[in-house]
Amino acid sequence: MADLLNLKEWVAVLGQLLMFALAAPMLVAWVKRVKCVLQNRKGPSLLQPYRDLSKLLKKEVRVAHTASPLFRATPYLVFSAVLVAASTVPLLQVHLPTTALADVIVLVGFLALARFFLALAGMDVGTAFGGMGASREMLISALAEPAMLMAIFTLTMSAHSTNLSSVIQHVLDTGLLLRPSLLFALLALLLVAIAETGRIPVDNPATHLELTMVHEAMILEYSGRHLALMEWAAQIKLLLYGVLISNVFFPWGIAETATAPALAIGALAILAKLVTLGMVLAVSETLVAKMRLFRVPAFLNLAFLLGLLGMLSYVILETSL
Amino acid sequence: MNLAQLGLVEQSIFVFAALALLLSFLLLFQGRLTAMVHVFAWQGFLLALLTATVASVEHSHHLFLSAALTLMLKGLMIPWMLHRLIRKLHLERHQERLQHQALVMMAGAGLVIFSYWVVLPIARLELANTRNIVALSLAIVQLGMLLMVARRQVVAQVIGFMSMENGLFLAAVAATYGMPLVVELGIAFDVLVAAILFGVFFFHIRDSIESLDVDQLTQLSEEER
Amino acid sequence: MEALYITLALPVCGALLFALVRDARLASTLNLFISAASFVSTLWLAIQVLSHGSMHSTHFLVDPFNIYLLVLTTLVGMTTAIFSRPYMQHVCAEGRCSIHRMRLYHSMYQAFMFTMLLALSTNNLGVLWVSVEGATLATVLLVSLYRTPEAVEAAWKYFILCGVGIAQALFGTVLLYFAAQHVLSSPEEGLNWMILYQHASSLNPTVMGIAFVFLLVGYGTKVGLVPMHQWLPDAHSEGPTPMSAVLSGLLLNVALYAVVRIKILTDGALVQSPHPQMAGHLLMGFGLISFLVAGLFLHRQRDIKRMFSYSSIEHMGLATFAFGIGGPLATFGALLHMLVHSLTKSAIFVTVGHATHIAGTQRIEQIRGLIRTQPEVGWGLLLGVAAIAGFPPFGLFTSEFLLLTATMQSWPWLTVSLLLGLGIAFAGLFRHLHPMVYGKAPQGQQAVRVNMVPVALHLLLVLWLGLAIPDFLSNWLNLAATLISGKGLL
Repeated sequence: MADLLNLKEWVAVLGQLLMFALAAPMLVAWVKRVKCVLQNRKGPSLLQPYRDLSKLLKKEVRVAHTASPLFRATPYLVFSAVLVAASTVPLLQVHLPTTALADVIVLVGFLALARFFLALAGMDVGTAFGGMGASREMLISALAEPAMLMAIFTLTMSAHSTNLSSVIQHVLDTGLLLRPSLLFALLALLLVAIAETGRIPVDNPATHLELTMVHEAMILEYSGRHLALMEWAAQIKLLLYGVLISNVFFPWGIAETATAPALAIGALAILAKLVTLGMVLAVSETLVAKMRLFRVPAFLNLAFLLGLLGMLSYVILETSL
Repeated sequence: MNLAQLGLVEQSIFVFAALALLLSFLLLFQGRLTAMVHVFAWQGFLLALLTATVASVEHSHHLFLSAALTLMLKGLMIPWMLHRLIRKLHLERHQERLQHQALVMMAGAGLVIFSYWVVLPIARLELANTRNIVALSLAIVQLGMLLMVARRQVVAQVIGFMSMENGLFLAAVAATYGMPLVVELGIAFDVLVAAILFGVFFFHIRDSIESLDVDQLTQLSEEER
Repeated sequence: MEALYITLALPVCGALLFALVRDARLASTLNLFISAASFVSTLWLAIQVLSHGSMHSTHFLVDPFNIYLLVLTTLVGMTTAIFSRPYMQHVCAEGRCSIHRMRLYHSMYQAFMFTMLLALSTNNLGVLWVSVEGATLATVLLVSLYRTPEAVEAAWKYFILCGVGIAQALFGTVLLYFAAQHVLSSPEEGLNWMILYQHASSLNPTVMGIAFVFLLVGYGTKVGLVPMHQWLPDAHSEGPTPMSAVLSGLLLNVALYAVVRIKILTDGALVQSPHPQMAGHLLMGFGLISFLVAGLFLHRQRDIKRMFSYSSIEHMGLATFAFGIGGPLATFGALLHMLVHSLTKSAIFVTVGHATHIAGTQRIEQIRGLIRTQPEVGWGLLLGVAAIAGFPPFGLFTSEFLLLTATMQSWPWLTVSLLLGLGIAFAGLFRHLHPMVYGKAPQGQQAVRVNMVPVALHLLLVLWLGLAIPDFLSNWLNLAATLISGKGLL
């Protein structure tokens, strides 16, 4: 357990936050790039999201005159909530003071907080699209959250802890085990991640088609640095889920001690995992068509079912009586 | 028993069994008949794979035989027959929306727990490594029954019936490393005959009630008619 | 053993032969001959058993418990074949069933006989399951032989419900094999009934208890125990009448036989456990409920075959209840009850078949004045129902009397419900019977060509069993009761 008052540890946390913030646009660019290659197109540069963000940050902010202060505050709230959530997910090393403070339920809570304000802001201005997007987002998250918790409970049951560091340490200690429960939890979490980060087939981040958009509808009224923060938060959220999935289910390579060589290996490992995960995401998005909104509950029901089966198969197959 | 004490091959048996259970759930929710047949075929494949794995762990030649039999019968032949029937009955595009989806899912999860509860005393005996799978196989049997209750379409009901047989086969493999060969062959023969008879029945039902919906089968009851 | 092999081979040859014979008239004659030959060969087998006692090999087992059922099966098979010849010709003449479907009918008739005989004589519980399931498969197309919407629906129900039920029995069989594997040195013998019987006390009681529940539900579906009985009235009422006769007379018996064989093993395994009587109590519960519910349902029937199929459920419930009580007296009574019920019930279905031809319908309110139109059918129905209701000179009176006595000995309070149930069933049968036999015959009701030999034969046998049970039979029943309940009666 890391010492909570150790300054060096907190520096590591800050470093992780910075890495999350800086690497997030890169993952989005990478997915886009792979997709372009798959579709025989010439993709944008990997640095394009950075250019977009810096351009938006420099632009003037325009706010609707019906907007309340909540509307202005939301981008900062959302961004910081997502960032704090990101600080509780081990990136390069297993043990961090933040993971000791906040377990996986807090992580879910921060993400829910961000979503709550996002939905409020969507409705705040009073345009039709904002309200529509908010209601759709709430529908999706209301179904995704139980599924996510189910998957997480499966994980925490086998590790006997809700603390992410302990979970990762447990998986590392037991070595490679073909656990049906973890397989189901992984599949459930993948589906939830797709729904929560607004990727195909649940939502399409690349379109502003009014019939289908969810996330884009909520942030339609934002501009300038507000929009930049919102976009950035969404990118961090994608990275967060990527790191969560790859580090919990495939933790090999992550630094167990805070030494430089270990950290370097950890950095390379997470890079490799994210590159692979990004490719998987791009391939699946290329193969799968976006589904109609009323099919989304079935999709998330499947995620819930997977989580439930994970839990049941843990109890039935893996516990010793 | 602890999973960590087993080798990777043994662990994969558990994964296959768990996946077979997942496929049973997918069967429950799959609305399109052709897709159901595919899922059913995958379940057959998975069972054959599982049986072959158990056979290689236990060095049992007769299990290899039943794995091959399962692959032929449940992985290839019955799905092929069902496919042909679906084409002949022009049901390729038939889609059925399951009523009360969430309720059915909860019932399914309840059945899994129920099966576990039933088999728990046996599992406590610690007689075989694979005994835990018996609960899953009973769950597959019960889910097949649930499918037959929840679906109104005869082809879907037959797939439920056949997936029940899959569950029974899994039970035999997991609990006792297969049944004696005579019995195994007899069961396979019965399943095959049943599949053929079901095919005949589809046409009888369609000819007599001009539909393949069992809700139309309401001629016989204790009420005055 | 040769006699047994011949008995089993005959119906197989018959089934294959009839798949080829196109001439329906020839086929029905041949069907009769093959059934008669089977009967003769089981008689030969019975004589062997009489002289040498029970015999068993790895695959087959013939002991006092199943030999009388084997003879009964081929006897009913033969007499039903006698009845089926003119009956099915009449059906074809009416145009309800085409000539080429008669090929299917005869072939499946023999296939069904084969599965029954195999189920009775096999020593392997797995083969027992396979043949009971085979019996469903053989009869399901016969139930839908007329291809009316009702017949197809009945057959579908029969197929699905029995299929689902019997699947539970297979799960139970797997569990049984599982229990056996940990006791026996050679796993291949794990389903051999004789070997299991010798090792019954060392089988794991927990596993056996669970296995018994699954097996009871599975085979109980075939016995027609309430609440798994839904298929039975439909299949009996919509199928051809010879089929109803053999289903009621044979299939239910064989399924009950399977349950009892399993019960013997379960009782052996549970001796040391906290609930040694678990199997018996379950049987009593299911049996009593079936008996009472079926008795009540008799009253509201409007279809004559449906009514008698409920009567079958009632009697099977009674026999199941008696096997549940255990003890030599009850078991002896139950074994006798199985015998006389199937003789009487198949005689009744034969008579009912003729009666429906006379009236041209199966609806009770349109069958009237049989005794005026054709006295032999009227008398046959009257005597048959008198026998099935348990009137004194007939065998069912004897068996029911034994069962009541046994109940009074061990569960005095339940005697009340048994008497009540018998009374209800009696009233239900006779309120429908009276107008059918004595009522005013409709204008123009014609006599039809009938063959009452099977009915007369069966009812005479039942009468004989009511007056005196021959020594060899009582000896067999006694030995079987010893096997099942552990103690002999005589």
